[in-house]
Amino acid sequence: MNIDSIENGFVIDHITAGKAMKLYDLLGLSDCSCSVAIIKNVASKKQGLKDIMKINANIPINLDVIGYVDPGSTVNIIRDGVIVDKKTIEMPEKLTNVIKCKNPRCITSVEQEIEHMFKLTDKKNKIYRCIYCETKAN
Amino acid sequence: MRSVIDILDLKVEEIDELIDTALDIIKNPEKYNEKCKNKKLASLFFEPSTRTRLSFEAAMIELGGSVIGFSEANSSSVSKGESVADTAKTISCYADIIAMRHPKEGAPLIASMNASIPVINAGDGGHNHPTQTLADLLTIYREKGGFDNLTVGFCGDLKFGRTVHSLINALSRYKNIKIVLISPEELKLPSYVKKDVLEKNNIEYSETKSLEEVMPQLDILYMTRVQRERFFNEEDYLRLKDSYILEPSKLASAKETLSIMHPLPRVNEISVSIDSDPRACYFKQVLNGKYMRMALILKLLKEAGRI
Repeated sequence: MNIDSIENGFVIDHITAGKAMKLYDLLGLSDCSCSVAIIKNVASKKQGLKDIMKINANIPINLDVIGYVDPGSTVNIIRDGVIVDKKTIEMPEKLTNVIKCKNPRCITSVEQEIEHMFKLTDKKNKIYRCIYCETKAN
Repeated sequence: MRSVIDILDLKVEEIDELIDTALDIIKNPEKYNEKCKNKKLASLFFEPSTRTRLSFEAAMIELGGSVIGFSEANSSSVSKGESVADTAKTISCYADIIAMRHPKEGAPLIASMNASIPVINAGDGGHNHPTQTLADLLTIYREKGGFDNLTVGFCGDLKFGRTVHSLINALSRYKNIKIVLISPEELKLPSYVKKDVLEKNNIEYSETKSLEEVMPQLDILYMTRVQRERFFNEEDYLRLKDSYILEPSKLASAKETLSIMHPLPRVNEISVSIDSDPRACYFKQVLNGKYMRMALILKLLKEAGRI
């Protein structure tokens, strides 16, 4: 299988095996016309198996999405074919408009303009709660 | 701008300060009757309420201020589709402080994020009701002289009962409190409250379905109503509404010093024959609520530099 190197864009590496598609959806890449390669179940010395995603476009990437879906993933930023920055992504303290509150009693269920905001309330168990109604994100 | 949306927005020392103010108001009411002269409370009630709305309004009037507002969503621009944020921005131009009740959880928080005056949450759905908790705390203080070393039983709807969650949160900050949770299986205290509040603060607690079994241990019995409006399914409501009814016979094994509390309104969960029992405190709670709301209005207006 051949996937060309990236000229300008991002490589998201060390994704826990099986999480690449969720990341693809939450990053909104299905609406983007750029080339995206998802490589699943790649052998990894550290992780056993991992997923890798290559995005061949210099588009804004919401790192909070990566930190929410799979903290510990790395993002390599590539410009003119060279890695110019490498970041290990941690769990964000706050999430804004990444996920939606599903509580029908929450004010966000009736007012469409409100930003859906969640805060990290339990880092160990990776629990985020809606800041308005405190319902757990799932 | 300082607002009070959750009881945890107030530190323990601030609650102590509010209790001190409330006790002083009770002792010297004349000292306070012009403190809020020329100030306006906007009483924004998007769902019906008797006690809380009238308590806020009476509190402001007794402080020498006046009240504007509405008592149901239909008589406001919300019925035309106005957002909570826009309502809060608009009301900020007319009033000095807002008391808001809303059926949707988080609405008062949205209001506080958009208003330029303090916002007090007067109840948001089944979520928070901090001023009821302040009323409860003043009642416990006046009945028991403090908060430490008490065994508090919560009985009835512990799942949707916002007053229960708020009071448990507030009590978890005091020493050697024991909590007894009395409810049917379907209305048990949510596990996140047990985990995030009780277990996190090392509070001793137990769960039971039998009120009679635990009655002798209790210093305080906090009864709640099973609320029809919190159920999506009428069948579940009808099945659970009469789970616990407190009658004089059930008090046979209770301590003489027990305090029976209820956030009101009650339907039938406390028999009216208990009203004359000296251990019944629920109408004292109503009065204490007004004093604590007076103290809170004063504190927030002072902090906002409006008095």
